[in-house]
Amino acid sequence: MSKVVGLTGDEAVAYAVKQCDVDVIAAYPITPQTVIVEKLSEFVANGEIDAAFIPVESEHSALSVVTAAALTGARVFTATCSQGLALMFEILYIASGLRAPVVMAIANRALSAPINIHCDHSDTMGARDSGWIQLYAENCQEVYDLIFQAYRIGENPRVYLPVMVGLDGFTLSHTLERVEMISDEEALRYLPRKPCYKYPVNPDNPATYGPVGLPDFYFEFKAQQAHAMEEALRVIPEAMKEFEKISGRKYYFFEPYKVEDAEVVVVSMGSTAGTVRYAVKKLRKEGLKVGALKLTVYRPFPEREILETLENAKVIIALERALSFGAVGSPIFEDLRSAFYDYDKHPLIANVVYGLGGRDFTVEDAIGVFKYGLEIARKGKVEKKVILWGVRE
Amino acid sequence: MSKPGWKSIPIGAVILNPGNTIKVKTAGWRTFRPVIDHEKCRKCLLCWIYCPEGVIKIVEKDGKIERLEIDYDHCKGCGICAEECPVKAIKMVEEVA
Amino acid sequence: MGCERMSVRLTELPREELIAPGHAACSGCGSILALRLVLKALRPDETAIVCLATGCMEVVTTLYPRTAWRIPFVHLAFENAAAAASGIVEAINVLKRKGLFRSKKKVHVLAIGGDGGTFDIGLQALSGALERGHKFVYICYDNEAYMNTGIQRSGATPFAAWTTTTPVGKKIPGKPEFKKNLIGIAAAHEIPYAATATIAYWGDLIAKVRKALDAPGPALIHILCPCPPGWRFDTHLTVKVSRLAVLTRFFPLYEVEYGRRVRITVKVPKPLPLIEYLKIQGRYRHLLKPEYADLVKKLERSVNEFYEWLEYMEKVTSKG
Repeated sequence: MSKVVGLTGDEAVAYAVKQCDVDVIAAYPITPQTVIVEKLSEFVANGEIDAAFIPVESEHSALSVVTAAALTGARVFTATCSQGLALMFEILYIASGLRAPVVMAIANRALSAPINIHCDHSDTMGARDSGWIQLYAENCQEVYDLIFQAYRIGENPRVYLPVMVGLDGFTLSHTLERVEMISDEEALRYLPRKPCYKYPVNPDNPATYGPVGLPDFYFEFKAQQAHAMEEALRVIPEAMKEFEKISGRKYYFFEPYKVEDAEVVVVSMGSTAGTVRYAVKKLRKEGLKVGALKLTVYRPFPEREILETLENAKVIIALERALSFGAVGSPIFEDLRSAFYDYDKHPLIANVVYGLGGRDFTVEDAIGVFKYGLEIARKGKVEKKVILWGVRE
Repeated sequence: MSKPGWKSIPIGAVILNPGNTIKVKTAGWRTFRPVIDHEKCRKCLLCWIYCPEGVIKIVEKDGKIERLEIDYDHCKGCGICAEECPVKAIKMVEEVA
Repeated sequence: MGCERMSVRLTELPREELIAPGHAACSGCGSILALRLVLKALRPDETAIVCLATGCMEVVTTLYPRTAWRIPFVHLAFENAAAAASGIVEAINVLKRKGLFRSKKKVHVLAIGGDGGTFDIGLQALSGALERGHKFVYICYDNEAYMNTGIQRSGATPFAAWTTTTPVGKKIPGKPEFKKNLIGIAAAHEIPYAATATIAYWGDLIAKVRKALDAPGPALIHILCPCPPGWRFDTHLTVKVSRLAVLTRFFPLYEVEYGRRVRITVKVPKPLPLIEYLKIQGRYRHLLKPEYADLVKKLERSVNEFYEWLEYMEKVTSKG
């Protein structure tokens, strides 16, 4: 029997982790992830979780501690965002290179400078090449649900990759929403059996982890990682289907909304996807043919499935909360354009950057973006590839 | 012999064969080799403890130390054993081609 | 002359080499000898998991697909040996509790870093791990420079020493700064046990490692490891150089318990002149010149002051 509670995004993470039989938690506080850390330490202090909670002295050590712990086959967890994620940057690559299935929650927050504690996706986007699987939540229910799925995906022997779950800083992390929980038994049945690592550290079977890989071998290990990312494209929907069986809630690489006959589709991630969907509802009432695609899985990028889903749109707007300085456009925009390049259908694709540093993006803004997309459809071409929505000049 | 491909090597660059450097013969590193005079040798074991490579073997017979033997496949010829031997029972002899 | 700790007998030490030969350590390497001696301290019912920082030892022993290690070996990065060890220690504790970890022998976790990975880039992780009180032993193999990258200075490089980033130039003759006091830093964390050791005094080193393994919390051993290519001396002198470091009082062998009780374990009542230690190493060759006599005096003063301070601390903190 499922329990319905009110939880903030940070709390949802903590409650989900609590049900995952985690063994080692190490985290360093950073706004707006702090409540995750505080809640987990409360659970440990009360004996509600049987895990080691290691209050590390920096995020770099947080990821180092859990990556090493993961090598013993333990189930581990950490959380961070923004500067903390940036600080652990080298260890991100080490965790994925070692194939340690770490799960990390990221309360998406802008990167300094200037310092800003509010939501944007620059932090996780900066890590998109690090070999981590990236999942993004639209609401607190998804935050809760994606944690279980993250363990199931990352610890799958065909994958063995670390997974980050993004939740919008403040917008989700600190907002109370309705969350339906699964039972402890259902959670444990859904999660893979331990050990969580392929070659757990054990003195009875000594092995060496993290050697020097010279030019004659390094490339092969990267090929293995690339292969695992491709396998993840198969493992992810399987894990999501199994989750649906327990929870009744459907998950997929993305969630399309009225895209079948849409002229303009806005692709977005995180809480903004809800705003965009609401704008679609409003605009459809006016007879405008618009649709929304909420991207849940960003890495691996579900190229084939997105092409098939969006191929009939006239215009696709990549609405992104991250800016890739000096690039042709923002990350999702570039992935979409790249995917469609070889395809037989070619919707016009434009990039709208919004909400950096936590600037609010309202329903009116979303409607404005759709109108912008309809303009592009009318003109038949993208005049400006990237626009910065609402920036004062 | 060509090197193995990514499909056949353990993931994450984990090395599952402990101590397999033993197959690498570092004998070619040295210019001089240590030679123990077993008559002079008092079996004090200082050469054994001070060898950085751990290539000096203690050979026992009937529970007693019979002799010290050097693994010449791996000795790098540093000369620490000869230097530290309190009775100068080890001589560094130049390797000849 | 200094005397050896005779509580450890050579004939009783394990014969097994837990670091297999055939690795790429330099001929006469003091650091690999130090690690070999550390592992000799394990008793028959004990084994260890090594968490090694990036540096000479890691690079020379683990070139894929070969590893010299016959015990589990974990390498993450340069500055997080202590963090990796923390993770492994606590993971094993939890897994044991949950019945998911079994091992025939008692498992110790050793975090090992060079002077670079300990004094400098690794200091933060070390401090955190010591403060949190994990039961592990931190071993610093100190060859007094960033040797693996080509002999650049570290916080452990002594005053006036030549390194590639503190060259002996016309304006600045060698390193202007003095060596960081690692035991002081460890003692400030009031950990159960912190001690210096060096390879010439194998018995002292092994006895100390055993004390560290038995400590009810974090312990740190700072081992001076002479380096033939980095310090510029011939390979057969490695052990002799480390002996002279002690006999000239340059590197005193002492231990500190809980940051309070100090004990000099190898007493040097009549030290050899410091020049005996300096002249045997090429990195101090410039100090033999008369124009650098004042640098030698400065070094002598600091060495003697520190040793005298240790003697004073030992007297004041001894249990009567």
